[in-house]
Amino acid sequence: MNHDTGRRAFLKSVLTGTTAGALVGAGILTPGQILAAWPAAAFDSTTRDAALEALYASGVIEESDRVKLDAPDIAENGAVVPIRVETDLEGVESISIIAAENPSPLAAVFELTARSLPSVSTRIKMAMTSDVLIVVKSNGTLFSTQKRVSVTVGGCG
Amino acid sequence: MTAPIRIRAKDKGDFVELKALMKHVMETGNRKDGQTGETVPAHFIQEVVVEAGGEVVARANWGPGVSKNPYLAIAFTGSARGDTVKVSWVDNKGESASETAEIQ
Repeated sequence: MNHDTGRRAFLKSVLTGTTAGALVGAGILTPGQILAAWPAAAFDSTTRDAALEALYASGVIEESDRVKLDAPDIAENGAVVPIRVETDLEGVESISIIAAENPSPLAAVFELTARSLPSVSTRIKMAMTSDVLIVVKSNGTLFSTQKRVSVTVGGCG
Repeated sequence: MTAPIRIRAKDKGDFVELKALMKHVMETGNRKDGQTGETVPAHFIQEVVVEAGGEVVARANWGPGVSKNPYLAIAFTGSARGDTVKVSWVDNKGESASETAEIQ
């Protein structure tokens, strides 16, 4: 069994077990009840390093130019900062977005499946000028990139 | 009234591009009400699930750092024009919403 097939089968069994899938479809279960728990410790962390520790334990994170972050140099409105992440890394399991100087630095963790392309976009709040750190988990290995975003008016009010 | 979730899903040939806009206050729990001076309780979407053909294709865990009325764009394979996609969310108060759309 090659890796992709194994991962797909695993995700399928974890995420969309037939019975649970039917219950979700019937509106009996909400997705949150069958899926992995929301990582409260990581979202409650008040520093970037604490959030990384909560998400990845002491996993080594390697900076990689294969992780592409598209974010503005200057965000006039910190309440709405567009973030787009793409990578050509294979076997991407998750993509995390962390605004280092926010009161709660971890903004989002996207969990991908064998059907997802490693490309996500969203908009985040930024309290002040700060590095935006992206961590991509690919085949169990952590890769990152970061970019400084200057914030004119903070948006975490 | 705006729908809680607006979805646009487009078959791009090799993959489907899905964009969703969700109506939600995304309160951080840090903001003080301008008139009463009281802290507005945190109220934000925690989990988003995107399904296509009854199978989860991507999901997201969010904190209060995602902007008000959140935007999400992802891409996935294995579906085509005419198939149904579903986006659902659950917030920290246990409220939820879900919407389906046909891939264009």
